[in-house]
Amino acid sequence: MNSVLERLNAGHHLALEDERVVFLGEDILDPYGGAFKVSRGLSTRYPERVLTTPISEAAIVGLANGLALRGLRPIVEIMFGDFVTLIADQLINQAAKFRWMYNDQVRVPLVVRAPMGGRRGYGPTHSQSLEKIFLGIPGLKTVAPNTLVDPAELLVSAVKDDDPVLFVEHKLLYTRPMLLPGLGELLDFEVSQTEGPYPACSLRSPVKPAGLTIATYGYNFELARAAALDLMMEHELFVELVVFTQLSPFHLDPLLESLSRTGRLLTVEEGGRTMGWGAEVLARCSERNPSLPATRVAALDLPIANARSLEEATLPGQADIVKAAMRLAGIA
Amino acid sequence: MYGLDRFYPIMLLIRRFEERLLEEFSQGHLVGTTHTYIGQEADAVGIFAALDDEDVIFSNHRCHGHFLAYGGDPYRLAAELMGKATGLVGGRGGSQHIQWRNFYSNGIQGGIVPVATGMALAEKQKKTGRIAVAFLGDGTLGEGVVYESLNIASLWKLPILYVVENNHYAQTTPIELGLAGSISGRFAGFGIPVWEVDTCDAREVQQNARAAIEKVGQESIPCALILHTQRFAAHSKGDDLRPETELERIRQFDPLLREAERIGPAEREAAERAVQALIEDAFTRAAADPSASPEAGQP
Repeated sequence: MNSVLERLNAGHHLALEDERVVFLGEDILDPYGGAFKVSRGLSTRYPERVLTTPISEAAIVGLANGLALRGLRPIVEIMFGDFVTLIADQLINQAAKFRWMYNDQVRVPLVVRAPMGGRRGYGPTHSQSLEKIFLGIPGLKTVAPNTLVDPAELLVSAVKDDDPVLFVEHKLLYTRPMLLPGLGELLDFEVSQTEGPYPACSLRSPVKPAGLTIATYGYNFELARAAALDLMMEHELFVELVVFTQLSPFHLDPLLESLSRTGRLLTVEEGGRTMGWGAEVLARCSERNPSLPATRVAALDLPIANARSLEEATLPGQADIVKAAMRLAGIA
Repeated sequence: MYGLDRFYPIMLLIRRFEERLLEEFSQGHLVGTTHTYIGQEADAVGIFAALDDEDVIFSNHRCHGHFLAYGGDPYRLAAELMGKATGLVGGRGGSQHIQWRNFYSNGIQGGIVPVATGMALAEKQKKTGRIAVAFLGDGTLGEGVVYESLNIASLWKLPILYVVENNHYAQTTPIELGLAGSISGRFAGFGIPVWEVDTCDAREVQQNARAAIEKVGQESIPCALILHTQRFAAHSKGDDLRPETELERIRQFDPLLREAERIGPAEREAAERAVQALIEDAFTRAAADPSASPEAGQP
């Protein structure tokens, strides 16, 4: 089965069939094909619309804003997601504002892709999950692929979107194979998927009622799935999983539906706990049900160290998820 | 976009519009802030006279003069400033954030420069033959993204004119406290041809603008037009710390007086009457329009 990387690469090839699509980024030309190889083959096939840039993240996204305002559909690759700090003005004060501030007279079909996440020993400035900074910015969507929803289709949806999309790819997802429901990889869970360009997936056992719901996105679905297996096999605790591709704006209907069955919520993310994605999910779910037992698994509020031992101690792992789930379910 | 006969009337329109605006502010009819173009009228008129109707413009916080010289409707601008539903962008943007046809503005210094540069790239990709124009102030030159943009524009041969209106003050800070080196040297460092002029004469601006615009269009490269100019009014409102002697000195360089010397009193009076009528109509109609409603503000 294809890896997430191969599907993302295929998504770019598909997107570039539309002559309005322009792809910009650093080191994206063949034979290098981008720092994580997502752009491999694109410059050979579309030399006029695949533009390698100087190391100027703010200007690249600014250029893409200009392209988008004038009827083209740019995709920008930011080499490391950590560098989104450099493009904050272009995303927040330009891309996300234009359509609204110009009273719907313009559109900004911009996609900014950013590889986030740690566990590769890249240290404090090349390992972060900074997407939480951009959640809740009006006019900006934040989207993250996973191994359930075809990343090629997800990317094409983002390119077809008339509004700007921050497309967050966890680096560890690249080599992961896409999952095929029904082949045992999903622990015999039933998988249902919402409609729309950025579907959410719900996973539940068809036989056993679950004692809690784990909400997550991106690579952390891999950890949550492994934790779910552990909980089921070792502790006879069944869980439902809700995996989002659209992080913001928050559309939590599939989660609320799952919570109506399970009654307990655990969120899992790799970004820092404070003011994170999970904090907002918990707040929204608590507004619906003030007595909802809920907790978060997330990174410690610390920079991410280079040493593996320190990095592992900072980022949430499978064991943290298991522990939090058991405590939440009253087993621990 | 237009000939010399329009220079005086359009500069006068900008001057009287901005004066009316300050008056409306002082009477409490307007909220927020504004950045008037009084004193710099020759820049806008000289440049827009030399541009094509379809060229793409990105202006900044001080955009009213550019917009009116572009041919924008003073009534729609007045309505926008008053927060009316009939404003250029329905009251959402206000003074610094307007959009009409191929005219855009944003109040973020520096950040608009790569966007305008990307617009030049878009026109080049689409092979429309249009050029882009980005308006910068001397204060904007403090922002790093400007230089990222100049580098790429030169590297990729993008058809854009960078206009620097040096009015010698970044808000209240004189240029001597904010800018090292020279303005032209900044462009020269990226291999971008420069036209530089210190004038309040719109015709001189136009001649320089025309030469620069022709080079941008014919060779598809970025060029810079540096205009040393004078801002007679405050940066926004009530933040003018300059001594009266300095204001008296710079008011000698009045683009309206310069152009008025070339035309007869009858023509000047006719222009004054026409402009006064236009502005009275714009502000009266705008004042009577409904305010922007929150319902309409929710997408």
